[in-house]
Amino acid sequence: MTKWIKEKTAPTERKWEEFYRNRFQHDKRVRTTHGVNCTGSCSWQVFVKDGIVTWEMQATDYPALEEGLPPYEPRGCQRGISFSWYLYSPIRVKYPYVRGALIDLWREAREKHADPVEAWKRIMADPESRKAIQQARGKGGFRRVSWDEALEITAASVVNTIKQHGPDRIIGFSPIPAMSQVSYASGTRFLSLLGGVVMSFYDWYCDLPPASPEIWGEQTDVHESADWYNSKMIAVMGSNINMTRTPDAHFIAEVRHAGAKLVVFSPDFSQVAKYADYWIPAHGGQDTAFWMAVNHVLLKEFYIDRQVPYFTEYAKLNTDLPFLIEVNEKRPGRYLRANQVTDYSAVENGDWKLLVWDKNSEKARMPQGTIGYRWPNKDTGKWNLKMQDGATGEPLDPELSFVQAHDAVVDVELDDFAGNGVITRKLPVRYVETGHGQVAVTTVFDLILAQFGVPCGLPDETAVSYDDDTLYTPAWQEKYTGIHRDTLIRFARDWGDNGEQTRGKNLIIIGAGANHWYHNNLLYRAGIVGLMLTGSVGVNGGGLAHYVGQEKVVSQASWSTIAFAGDWGQAPRQQNTPSFHYVHSDQWRYERGFSIYDPKLDGAKDDTKQHTIDMQVQAVRRGWLPFFPQFNRSSLDVVREAANGGAKSDSEVIQAVVDQIKQHKLGFAVEDPDAPENWPRVWFIWRGNAIGSSAKGHEYFLRHYLGTHNNAIAPEMAEGYVNEVKFHPQAPVGKLDLVVDLNFRMDTSALYSDIVLPAATWYEKDDLNTTDMHSYFNPMQAAVAPAWESKPDWEIYKAIAKKVSEFSVRHLPGTVKDVIMQPLTHDTVDELAQPVIADWHSGETEAVPGKSMPKFRVVERDYVHLYDQMITLGRGVEKNGVFAHGLPIPVVEEYKTLTQRQPRMFNQQVYPSLATAREAVEAILALDPASNGEIAHRAFEIEEHKTGLDLAHLADGTRSTRITFDDIVAQPRRILTTPTWSGNVNQGRAYSPFTLNVEQRIPWRTLTGRQHFYLDHENYLAWGEHLPTYKPRPDHTMLDETQKSLAEAQGKLLNYVTPHGKWSIHSTFSENDRMMTLSRGGYPVWLNDKDSTEMGIADNDWVEVFNDNGVFVQRAIVSSRIPAGTVFVYHATERTVGIPKSPLRGKRAGMNNSLTRARLKPVLMTGGYAQFTYFFNYWGPTGVNRDTFVFVRRIEKPDF
Amino acid sequence: MNVRAHMSMLFHLDKCIGCHTCSVACKNLWTDRKGAEYMWWNNVETRPGTGYPTRWEDQSHYRGGWELKGKKLSLRLHSRAGGLAKIFYNPALPTMDDYYEPFTFRYQDLFNAPAGDDQPTAIPISKVTGDPLDVQTGPNWDDDLGGSGIYASNDPNLAGVSEEVRRQMNELERVVFNYLPRICNHCLNPACAAACPSGAIYKRAEDGVVLVNENKCRAWRMCVAACPYKKVYYNWSTGKSEKCILCFPRLETGQAPACAHSCVGRIRYMGVLLYDADQIPSAAIVPDAQLVEAHRNVILDPFDPEVIAGARANGIEDSWIEAAQNSPAYKFVKEWGIALPLHAEYRTMAMMYYIPPLSPVVSVIENELFKLDLAEERHDFELFQRLDAARLPVKYLANLFSAGNEQVIREVMHKLLAVRLYMRHKTVRGAVNSDTLGYLSEAGLTVEKAEAIYKLTTLPNVKEQFVIPQYHRETAVEAWKDPLAHKGEVGFGAIQPPQRGE
Repeated sequence: MTKWIKEKTAPTERKWEEFYRNRFQHDKRVRTTHGVNCTGSCSWQVFVKDGIVTWEMQATDYPALEEGLPPYEPRGCQRGISFSWYLYSPIRVKYPYVRGALIDLWREAREKHADPVEAWKRIMADPESRKAIQQARGKGGFRRVSWDEALEITAASVVNTIKQHGPDRIIGFSPIPAMSQVSYASGTRFLSLLGGVVMSFYDWYCDLPPASPEIWGEQTDVHESADWYNSKMIAVMGSNINMTRTPDAHFIAEVRHAGAKLVVFSPDFSQVAKYADYWIPAHGGQDTAFWMAVNHVLLKEFYIDRQVPYFTEYAKLNTDLPFLIEVNEKRPGRYLRANQVTDYSAVENGDWKLLVWDKNSEKARMPQGTIGYRWPNKDTGKWNLKMQDGATGEPLDPELSFVQAHDAVVDVELDDFAGNGVITRKLPVRYVETGHGQVAVTTVFDLILAQFGVPCGLPDETAVSYDDDTLYTPAWQEKYTGIHRDTLIRFARDWGDNGEQTRGKNLIIIGAGANHWYHNNLLYRAGIVGLMLTGSVGVNGGGLAHYVGQEKVVSQASWSTIAFAGDWGQAPRQQNTPSFHYVHSDQWRYERGFSIYDPKLDGAKDDTKQHTIDMQVQAVRRGWLPFFPQFNRSSLDVVREAANGGAKSDSEVIQAVVDQIKQHKLGFAVEDPDAPENWPRVWFIWRGNAIGSSAKGHEYFLRHYLGTHNNAIAPEMAEGYVNEVKFHPQAPVGKLDLVVDLNFRMDTSALYSDIVLPAATWYEKDDLNTTDMHSYFNPMQAAVAPAWESKPDWEIYKAIAKKVSEFSVRHLPGTVKDVIMQPLTHDTVDELAQPVIADWHSGETEAVPGKSMPKFRVVERDYVHLYDQMITLGRGVEKNGVFAHGLPIPVVEEYKTLTQRQPRMFNQQVYPSLATAREAVEAILALDPASNGEIAHRAFEIEEHKTGLDLAHLADGTRSTRITFDDIVAQPRRILTTPTWSGNVNQGRAYSPFTLNVEQRIPWRTLTGRQHFYLDHENYLAWGEHLPTYKPRPDHTMLDETQKSLAEAQGKLLNYVTPHGKWSIHSTFSENDRMMTLSRGGYPVWLNDKDSTEMGIADNDWVEVFNDNGVFVQRAIVSSRIPAGTVFVYHATERTVGIPKSPLRGKRAGMNNSLTRARLKPVLMTGGYAQFTYFFNYWGPTGVNRDTFVFVRRIEKPDF
Repeated sequence: MNVRAHMSMLFHLDKCIGCHTCSVACKNLWTDRKGAEYMWWNNVETRPGTGYPTRWEDQSHYRGGWELKGKKLSLRLHSRAGGLAKIFYNPALPTMDDYYEPFTFRYQDLFNAPAGDDQPTAIPISKVTGDPLDVQTGPNWDDDLGGSGIYASNDPNLAGVSEEVRRQMNELERVVFNYLPRICNHCLNPACAAACPSGAIYKRAEDGVVLVNENKCRAWRMCVAACPYKKVYYNWSTGKSEKCILCFPRLETGQAPACAHSCVGRIRYMGVLLYDADQIPSAAIVPDAQLVEAHRNVILDPFDPEVIAGARANGIEDSWIEAAQNSPAYKFVKEWGIALPLHAEYRTMAMMYYIPPLSPVVSVIENELFKLDLAEERHDFELFQRLDAARLPVKYLANLFSAGNEQVIREVMHKLLAVRLYMRHKTVRGAVNSDTLGYLSEAGLTVEKAEAIYKLTTLPNVKEQFVIPQYHRETAVEAWKDPLAHKGEVGFGAIQPPQRGE
């Protein structure tokens, strides 16, 4: 047979091979990346041929990490490599577009009014015109317009809104700065200079894990993926890393071959399950129960039956386990405070210094490092984790448990939320003399033993075996998780052994699959307890690796100054978006309040009529959460009136404002959100899909924000349940005057916006990109010019700003003062504001700004020079330095150098220029400790002063490093070790969070300065979340979103789960030709095979998925890998491509978010107290969406 | 001995995450054009599943590859004479339904739709006709067990797996999947070339790349039918067949093929194998159970002086011999014996190799509770003792990678698990004891080999993954043109684009 085969050697016969060689030839390669919140931050080479981007391939030149770690390259996945399709595709936005209804009215008005601002005002003043514009939204009719005309409408609406309603009626949403930091900053800088509202994303996306601030005082701080390779046992839960961390997944595949065990928890046989050693399909959202029982086993076998020195030592030094808790009336209460005991009654910040029981002196003693030491007036340099008495300097040996030596054994009540009751267990206590007499105290550790039901040899204690069905045994968890106790015990023993043998190389990789449940904070806490008990946090290869969004702006210190215009003395209006949308899109009107699904311990379930909106209003009044618009009048008018009333200085203005509030002459907008004067009016959207994939409760957005068609049928039910908010019987429809979207593709948000501005793609602009998944700076760089009429975001906002400044000459001349309302702020002394809850509004305490209520700041606005300020780096940086983690870092020299390198004249003075995006990147890099070694060294010196620790040596080796844009264009460059982060990355070490805390003894930014097992805020006590606990999932009978559709239902009620998918990054890439072809040409609905048989649904049949919130119509995929009772729709569908009409509702069917609705967890609104103090994207309620139920039914082929 | 050199790719399936970055890399470079839309020179299949084109492994239908008749091989498609008879009608050719009708969407309607009373949408349309299309299938339709009852359950490789296990594979206890990325296998005994009536298909002598000469192809499409892997595609626009070219323009410039370069799972390796062309006829006709071993024997030891001498005698450059000595392909395939050809029973002697994947331990349902099927006594990586408790049945893997010979699979899996055990003992317990050494020797490994396997599996950088020898294009060009002249002229329209019918 071989004779048939032609083997060719003669080159002359093979000249045709040029055919393929020529195709491969190209003209240039350009390094860039994608900015899509994928967390990849991958270095790509884009290939250009004949001036056209032809394809992209990964760069493979990341500087290596330390010996023994696999390299990062090639980073880049199926979505990234398909990006070049977009540049020239028919979904590309090539020109500015305005919808016909608007442009006709505009041109008509402009004929009558030479002044564009006046023209806009007239259109908005006419209800019919306004309605015509609103009802046309999303229904076609786009017209191509000139840039000039689009900018004129935009700027006119901005200027008119400032004049008529106040600047905080102008809002902007753009997510995830890290992916393109300058593009993000373009809009936020514009809004911050303007006085507009910058909306958060991390909490709204439910990417923020509230357990992280609860336990660590930290938003999120996680391992770069190379550090997975240092682990020896990995539990993956709710994170499908093969799907969502595609460029990082290889480290998991590889570390298994380095001897690590991999256990995957997911209800479906997921992509990462394929190479697990054990796949454990615990029921969705029930991981809490599993981990509670794991912790039971760990405590029994590694703390009681036998002690592991490493674990015990770790617990004493790095956690709150030895701290003392008061026990009153059988209930655990608050931490014992230093100022309660005579020895320390006079110490500074005595409310905020906490105590341990010292073995040597047999007394309650006061270790350093608690939060009282973080914000001293006098007693400085003791904010550290040295276990010594802050008053005397004596070394302390804290007692972990009173089991061996106690004054008494008392009964303690513990809450059984699943069993709806209280159980009583034994607790050893000691008595401590205080100013108010003798109090019983116990240690957090003893409380934890009681909570987990671990017998420890106390008299009269009830014996508990693993087989007893009592809180929180292996047998108990079976009914929730569906996992046999033997499997749980095996896992727990492996986990404990591995932690012991490797000194904490136990890693939990966790993500949205776990974090999107209503009680996600409890789920995470249960797992983190299992990490802290095994000494795994702050260890390379150990700890909690939570991956959801690309939240890590490495250069946050310098970047945030530029992004929020701190250089011009502005205080940004930063809004937590979950609260904003819950309130303004009127989703609160469709529920009866939280009592039914998240009851407080003291309330009966149905009749308390406690509504989330009431908690929201209280939180704003108390300074716990921000809210904008802030007042029911323009904030500019408020200052003007105060000045007219005689207030001269800023503090007088603020006092006048507070007086007005106290006298009820000035109201908070949140108290009456449906009144027209409190509506948001102009919405800027860029770099995101705010109306689509970022719109939980999408259909309510369409109704209440946009005023257009929608498919929601849910009945309103808040009336009679709300107390703090004014209820209008008729809900407003169409609150927004104008929606402007900057986009490179016609996505759902663009389709529903009034103005679509063509944005440059990631291959057409300069920018900076970082991630938590690796430790390098990556550039975005233009490979070709912005195609057609598109422009980079930086240029678009400059153009808008220029127009605004132009119109301001007439309409907003001179400078004006604005008063800004801000909540109490994390990483400031506000953390000590409220030792107890006291409400000024009901007269429990005085209304004191920054103490019992929000802070107010007066700033100056110069609208005429807004454009100049935007492109010039102001002197505020030179004066105040840059900030992060509560560290103010001076950068005077660096500011001067930057002024010389990129000078710009403004008002006859030279400043650093920010005229180009590239200059903005240079400024970020030059002024941040992560990229400038001298600043890193300086930052450590400042941290030394705060902590009394020896730290600056950590930056010695990199002190001369200066990373510039040219450097990162040449090759990805590694970040530096800095106190603005918590990991030591020197000498190629992989970034692992909290290693600086554990190794250098820098405290966590929490109440005790340690990691928290216990949370003693009054709200946590009230909701029973002071201890790690299990709460059942809210079910469909509690959530009021399936009752009406029950009548229409012909299918089954299923839990609706929207994990991140394989063929898109959020909505981007999902509709692209490549990804559509490799998937199923749509947004399929995944169903279990047996459920499908029962419902008469076959693979690729059309199905309708619906509830009271809305409807979704797509084809089904039937698979045995999906758990019964569940429907999967991969997150972030678009309603632009291939969406038929809904047979049920008649209109075009919606998207994945059509079925969801925002529902906030009140306890997460807590503020003004240590780690429970607000910060943008850091703390606050999150946009949970996993607890949704839907009906699914088969339909005949629908119409398009 | 007739020593030849071959560029071979190796797929570590245990690391594959099925992301298709490779597929898109390939499409962007080579098949993003009219007539080639449906071609996926590189595709990735979910297994169990039916692949692309659907059920391509069902040779009773497609009649690809070779058949052993007595001691002789013949094309399953037809004998040579039979081929001429079928030249205008070939029922074994896959149809558009077996592939899919390429589709896109009328995106421009989103911009152009007039104002109406409902939201516009971009409807799906055919890329072939431009008409609205009801999408019924695609090139990756059964991705991640999509439609498992139709596709996964009908995977031809489940033949011989017990009914009980097949049933369990649809349940939590044993549901499982893995991925199978595929490119052209650039076979030593390529059926496509054998079937081509025009003599357009040849194997490059220097690196073994199998190519369809676009100028000689006459659109008979016998290659499409004869290739058992269905990796030759007919371009309906140019009227020529096309296939994976192993990115020879990249190889020739020292770069890995685009699919391998872009492989973000780092599953791919590339290296030179030296083989004995004289042994091909005998190796292709052994019984099924011996095919893997016979195939391995064709591959030569690049350190053997005799082999080196033979290579030199055949004009193989020293740089290629050196590359063969450093070749990851050689190590995995021959030295460690853990990489296997796909479907050796097709007897085309595929030159791309696969390391079979590990899978999680099976479970049982007890009192409606899920319980891992583990012995009382705790062991690290229990599957070493109980390979049959792995979710992927050994028989299934054997049908894919060892012509049904389960022993071959067991040996490979034991080696993979022994390396994991060794590394765990070394890094967690801090010591390698007699138990550890026992596992290694049981699996046929030494400490040195285990270390080497570990390192090449997890730690390699790009240069270690892809050991690509230097090509000497100047000597090739010299055969028809002065390289200096070529320097000045290359790219100036010297190419001859293929013309339909030519």
